[in-house]
Amino acid sequence: MAVSATRIASRRVANLAFVAFCFLVTAVALAALSLILISLVAQGLAGINLDLFTRSTPAAGSPGGLINAIVGSVMMSVLGMILALTIGVFAGTWLSEYAGRSAYGSVVRFLNDVLLSAPSILVGLFVYEILVAPFKGFSGLAGAVALALLAAPVITRTTEDVLKLQPTSLRESGVALGSPVWHVIRTVLWRSASSGILTGGLLAFARISGETAPLLFTALNNQFFSWNMTKPMANLPVVIFQFALTPYPDLNRLAWAGALLIAATVLAVTILARALSRESRRS
Amino acid sequence: MSTAELTAAKPAPVRRASPAGANLERLFEGVCFAAATALLAALGGVLVSLAIGGWPALAKFGLGFVTNVTWDPVKDVYGAAGPIAGTLITSALALLMALPVAGGVAFFLVELCPPILRRPIGTAVELLAGIPSIVYGMWGLFVFAPFFAKWVEIPTMGAAPPGSFWETLTQGIPNGSGILAASIILAIMILPFMAATLRELLLTVPAQVRESAYGLGATTGEVVMSVTLPYVRRGAIGAVMLGLGRALGETMAVTFIIGNSHGFPKGIFDAGSTIASTIANEFNEASGLQSSALIALGLVLFLITFTVLALARLLLRDQVKG
Amino acid sequence: MLKRFAATIVSLALVGGGAAVAGNLSGAGATFPAPVYAKWAETYKAQTGAALNYQAIGSGGGIKQINANTVDFGASDKPLKPDALAAGGLQQFPTVIGGVVPVMNLPGVQPGQIKLTGPLLADIYRGVLKKWNDPVIVSYNKGVALPNLPITVVHRSDGSGTTFLFTSYLSLQAAHWASGPGASDSVNWPVGIGGKGNDGVAAFVKQTPGAIGYVEYAYAKQNHMTFAVMKNKAGHWVSPDAPAFAAAAAGAKWNAAPGFYLLLLDQPAAGAWPITGATFILVHSKQTNAQTGHDVLAFFDWAYKNGDAAAASLDYVPLPEPVKALVRKSWAKVVGPDGKPVYK
Repeated sequence: MAVSATRIASRRVANLAFVAFCFLVTAVALAALSLILISLVAQGLAGINLDLFTRSTPAAGSPGGLINAIVGSVMMSVLGMILALTIGVFAGTWLSEYAGRSAYGSVVRFLNDVLLSAPSILVGLFVYEILVAPFKGFSGLAGAVALALLAAPVITRTTEDVLKLQPTSLRESGVALGSPVWHVIRTVLWRSASSGILTGGLLAFARISGETAPLLFTALNNQFFSWNMTKPMANLPVVIFQFALTPYPDLNRLAWAGALLIAATVLAVTILARALSRESRRS
Repeated sequence: MSTAELTAAKPAPVRRASPAGANLERLFEGVCFAAATALLAALGGVLVSLAIGGWPALAKFGLGFVTNVTWDPVKDVYGAAGPIAGTLITSALALLMALPVAGGVAFFLVELCPPILRRPIGTAVELLAGIPSIVYGMWGLFVFAPFFAKWVEIPTMGAAPPGSFWETLTQGIPNGSGILAASIILAIMILPFMAATLRELLLTVPAQVRESAYGLGATTGEVVMSVTLPYVRRGAIGAVMLGLGRALGETMAVTFIIGNSHGFPKGIFDAGSTIASTIANEFNEASGLQSSALIALGLVLFLITFTVLALARLLLRDQVKG
Repeated sequence: MLKRFAATIVSLALVGGGAAVAGNLSGAGATFPAPVYAKWAETYKAQTGAALNYQAIGSGGGIKQINANTVDFGASDKPLKPDALAAGGLQQFPTVIGGVVPVMNLPGVQPGQIKLTGPLLADIYRGVLKKWNDPVIVSYNKGVALPNLPITVVHRSDGSGTTFLFTSYLSLQAAHWASGPGASDSVNWPVGIGGKGNDGVAAFVKQTPGAIGYVEYAYAKQNHMTFAVMKNKAGHWVSPDAPAFAAAAAGAKWNAAPGFYLLLLDQPAAGAWPITGATFILVHSKQTNAQTGHDVLAFFDWAYKNGDAAAASLDYVPLPEPVKALVRKSWAKVVGPDGKPVYK
């Protein structure tokens, strides 16, 4: 009895210690992370005003905003996402529906996972070599391709996962009705998986929205407003990088405001993605 | 095999089935296959372009490139042992620090957290993975470094007995920069990512397994330590390796705070460098052999990352499948 | 829905491409002059409608990109030697002048109070002088309360024109520096820690009592850092300010420098700041498109005429008028496909 009582007591203590540890580290982690968030919000809010969304990036000492960078970032991200979604959805479909257990399938799946975490600066150098140097010029298009290369593996992976979750009966009933397999995939599987695929897309977007390194060697940056994607294009990450390191306080403020904008966008996208995935789970 | 043949064999298929589409079956599969191959080609392309760009330096220095400590752009002598060591040390330290914390956060979210807080905390953790890394760098330089110097570096250096191992370990300049400071910033950066992945893994443990352990009278700690953790063991190792992969390739945040000296770091407060920070520092100004040496560094980093991730994915895959 | 969205975006991109203003120019390179180029470009666009986009990617990047033909002009803090210019088929000319300033964190010492010479700086950056109250430093600073602090050396970690000027100066001043670390935009530093950019150097200096670093003049001025007074070639002690940089530029023999390859270090003029340098623009001697070449030179001609005040407001020093005249004359060598000068 006595032995058992001590054992229970010591187990209780051990458990208490474990639970306390979990609480403690969560508190520490959240504290560290909120400290970063607080300095971002505190510094960023100082630069948020209407000019931010109506004027282009200024030279030091002039009034200005970030509209050229915002528009450039949106255009490159959207084009990059279209490319990435096209490649990612088809590649994911191939892995899920056609590759089966083939050796080539495993190689693609494996290397896609490696590409998922490749250092982004190397991707930027690669796109410089194939799109910027040969065509004699930095361009928004090259930036979009670099972003697409970073986003596509995420989408491929999510698409494959979501499609694999669709019940086999769905495919079989479609085929039993006489539809060709590709038609079943297009009209049945994709439709029922669409919200999951979209979630993957949004997560991929969150991944690429703050990337500086791949854009520095591809889209470069632009001081002025431009719709032209065949020329250097303004974008938030590179503007933040350059303005954060100048001696002029007005430019530093814009850099922080830009960083806050990116973080807020990522937050909105993450919440949207969560909401969508919850919906898809429900249906 | 295929449905294409089956449908073709049937003389009069059901009208609704749009038989004309059957001809496109091959085309569709081809498009999917092409997309998958394009991904493969992209990865191959990255590797090949690095190999071509780095070849002049690798050919000139051979194995010395990874074993030599001297990195001298003026005399065009490049040995990457310092950055390679710095990369491995900071990543390993970051992992050592981030792992217990990430584990604690994941266990907290899965086993202990009130359901109402689960989503906000989970979202907050994921959000932090999306903050541009230059923000982490600036925060590290302007907020964290002065704090770290005052409350950690100066006291520990002062407390080290002269001539002891502690004194050797803690030598350096007490201004909040160096190997350990960079490792801590890295740990903070990879923490959200590892915690989120670990949480996903813990959620895959079947409810019956956990509930039967609880039913036998096990405490929360015991369930985690002897039931759920062993259940996801291999996957957890994979998630850790993924975090390591991120740490290895991080550029901007490290550059701000590591002190950027190319030699072997002498202690944990001493300045060092990593492969990624060296590339970020010098690539824009480099030309000729220096530029080639930096690309060769990229190749080395890629191979390290590749190995780590390959191992991680193999472990993760077993977990997910089995 | 997605499809329609995609179509809209693509057509927007195409329409935008078609409607682009003719004469959009792009240049890239040195980080140091980027703020003043951006200022000029902003005003130029307001006055003429022509957009010139300059991006700071580093001097090495500027040289690489003009050689790869990905930009209309390159920019570098490090002038190319005449043979390198000839090999690349390039023309080079200076635009503005700036200086590098040693800054320090010495409790109790005011800006401009401490005096340093080139050899002293070289010995500090070599790690030979280890304490601020070293007798050698004290002998130049009688009456200044130099603390008994170890000297912490801070340098730039990223390759930069600032480092190039600073190490070139140390090489001029000390034989052991020239044969040791040498002069380049990044070198093998014997001691010290590296900060990323001016900001990184300044942060480390501020956080470390006893630290010494070097930053661009604009940065030291905007951030009110403790700077040192330096001894110049004429033997005078000078403070880093615009007149001292201008004195260095005015005294230099630009007409005897082919391709404007000239470092303004350690100039003999009485008031010259010893660590002064110009920053340079690179264009192809033979332009494939005469209009582009014309537009680039027109921009810099405009900047020479109208940009001095803007440069001064950002703490850069404009070129002396005679140097501008020399540069304008040199533009005759920039020719189009037909072999005729593209400008004037």
